[in-house]
Amino acid sequence: MMAAVILACSIVLLLQFFVSYCRSLIASSARESLSQEVQEVTGMTKPASEQEFARVVQLLQLCPERPEERGEVSLIRAYFRMLGMIRASIARLVPSLNRWTSSERGQCTHFAAVVLGRRIAFSRTLFAQQLNN
Amino acid sequence: MCAVKKKALRPYFFLNIYMAASLLASIGRFNILQHYGLQSSEYVYFYYYSDTLLTILLYFALTSLYSRVFREMNAERMVKLGAVLLLAGTALFSYGVVHQAENRLVSRFVVELSQNLYFVGLVLTYVLWAAVLKLRETRTRLIQLVLSLGVYFSLLAANYALRNLYPSLTALFQILPPLVGCFLPAAWVYAFWRIPEEARLAPSRLAVIR
Repeated sequence: MMAAVILACSIVLLLQFFVSYCRSLIASSARESLSQEVQEVTGMTKPASEQEFARVVQLLQLCPERPEERGEVSLIRAYFRMLGMIRASIARLVPSLNRWTSSERGQCTHFAAVVLGRRIAFSRTLFAQQLNN
Repeated sequence: MCAVKKKALRPYFFLNIYMAASLLASIGRFNILQHYGLQSSEYVYFYYYSDTLLTILLYFALTSLYSRVFREMNAERMVKLGAVLLLAGTALFSYGVVHQAENRLVSRFVVELSQNLYFVGLVLTYVLWAAVLKLRETRTRLIQLVLSLGVYFSLLAANYALRNLYPSLTALFQILPPLVGCFLPAAWVYAFWRIPEEARLAPSRLAVIR
């Protein structure tokens, strides 16, 4: 009984912390505007839409990873999927939740595009270093 | 290393102590694993005893975050006293649960204390998060550290609860702590490396329930 209560509390709090943590990651990139280069590569419109997420992630996988960002993209991908599940289930009954998930997934796309911009710059630096060597 | 490079060693001293201890414990576990094997009692003892020590250190790391949030209210002494009393209370409760065991009393106590501290840590992190929202704390790095601790404690507390509910699946749930253990260093590296100390964020934007 006690274990079941602890499990239920842990899952509820985990969801709360996970969503807030992901939103804190997204919020830190929200103020960064996308470079012209990223907009051209991704063909992204303003504001970023959720439909573009998969393409941006595919492009991300083509660039070398920056060590300090290794886990963050995976986390945002998990958050994006979780929002998709919410939309496919609970949000069908609550229209405002549907709008919220759509907007959140759009912000996930913006986060991924900002990371893509950083990775492109990182690749350029690596390339320049190799040329110098 | 990130904390040293970003001059965050002293401001987040207990977090760095925990990370250093975690690294040492991992090296020790690896050495014992190599010498004695996964099923050996040496490994099991070392794993659970070091886990409890790390949990206590993480508990103090969480207390240090409390001190940072409540610094302006001059409540640091109260926070420290409360933390020690709560730790003693948790230890007494854990002893109460295991004291009737006929053998391996200390080992059972160590495991029980660790499990209970995960849940206490989770509740304390939630209270701290509520205080962050209430006091409109805006330091992005601090917010991310608190939230990452919340995710970590809730995953571990859920894992221990699942192990108690389904003892036959213990082998499956034993894989989870090392996986979950990767999350905290990754989140802290991100917080120290990418988020400058002066970065600010409105915490009300992050709350799920407003």
